[in-house]
Amino acid sequence: MVAWTDFERVTIKDIFSKIDYEVVGPAAISRCLIVYPWTQRYFAGFGNLYNAAAITSNPKVAAHGKVVMQGLEKAVKNMDNIKATFTELSTLHSEKLQVDPDNFMLLGDCLAIVVAAQLGKDFSPEVHAAFQKFLAVVVSSLRRQYY
Amino acid sequence: MLSKREKDLIKEIWERLTPVAAEIGADALLRMFASYPGTKTYFSHLDISPNSSHLLAHGKKIVLAIAEGAQDISQLTVTLAPLQTLHAYQLRIDPRNFKLLSHSMLVSLACYLGDEFTPVAHAAMDKYLSAFAAVLAEKYR
Repeated sequence: MVAWTDFERVTIKDIFSKIDYEVVGPAAISRCLIVYPWTQRYFAGFGNLYNAAAITSNPKVAAHGKVVMQGLEKAVKNMDNIKATFTELSTLHSEKLQVDPDNFMLLGDCLAIVVAAQLGKDFSPEVHAAFQKFLAVVVSSLRRQYY
Repeated sequence: MLSKREKDLIKEIWERLTPVAAEIGADALLRMFASYPGTKTYFSHLDISPNSSHLLAHGKKIVLAIAEGAQDISQLTVTLAPLQTLHAYQLRIDPRNFKLLSHSMLVSLACYLGDEFTPVAHAAMDKYLSAFAAVLAEKYR
């Protein structure tokens, strides 16, 4: 069981209420594919990922960004049981998608940077730390079903 | 591998940030201490509370070193030679922590530069900071 402080609970819900999923999700995925190009190996069916401009304007990438945000929202709504919330998703990523779990934090880091750019000064060190903790719990839950 | 365009972009960004080196550096350090509390163990000799003069001075030192390296990235090993020795023999910070400061620095840049911190700039900066960290750790063993 993860122990969340009141500050962390409020902060996570606050961040997710402030960010636009339609913008942040696509931006985070595109950044991940641009900054860590080896992650493109999991998106072979997405069409043109040739350069940053192509990735940023790719509709399949954008659509997937929104899917990721919807997944994260489930975690926000179930902060006391993120492990169970992501059991199926973890199995999916491990057995069907076969994603190296070390990549999860790469997307997490890009998400932190996109949220930081959106919130600016409001993304204080304390708010940022709460967000990193949330991401760490999400990543750990997604790793659980890997054998 | 950094292209010429990326090196120019990195140099240009750090030149712009040099006047606010203390602010950016202190911000990055604070983020690192908050997100990765283990990193605080290296700073028991300093007052690392927000806005402390120690924090601002130390942050400034770090950013200015990064900015200096950015002036001529192909000469990083030469530019960083004294810092390599310092980190290897005196400070002996576990190099895994360099990644943590690099990520914190990228977040600070994102907060400060907003949309200007484009994916291309982010990629270039991540590569530069990784290279910087690798050179810094070269004399460890």
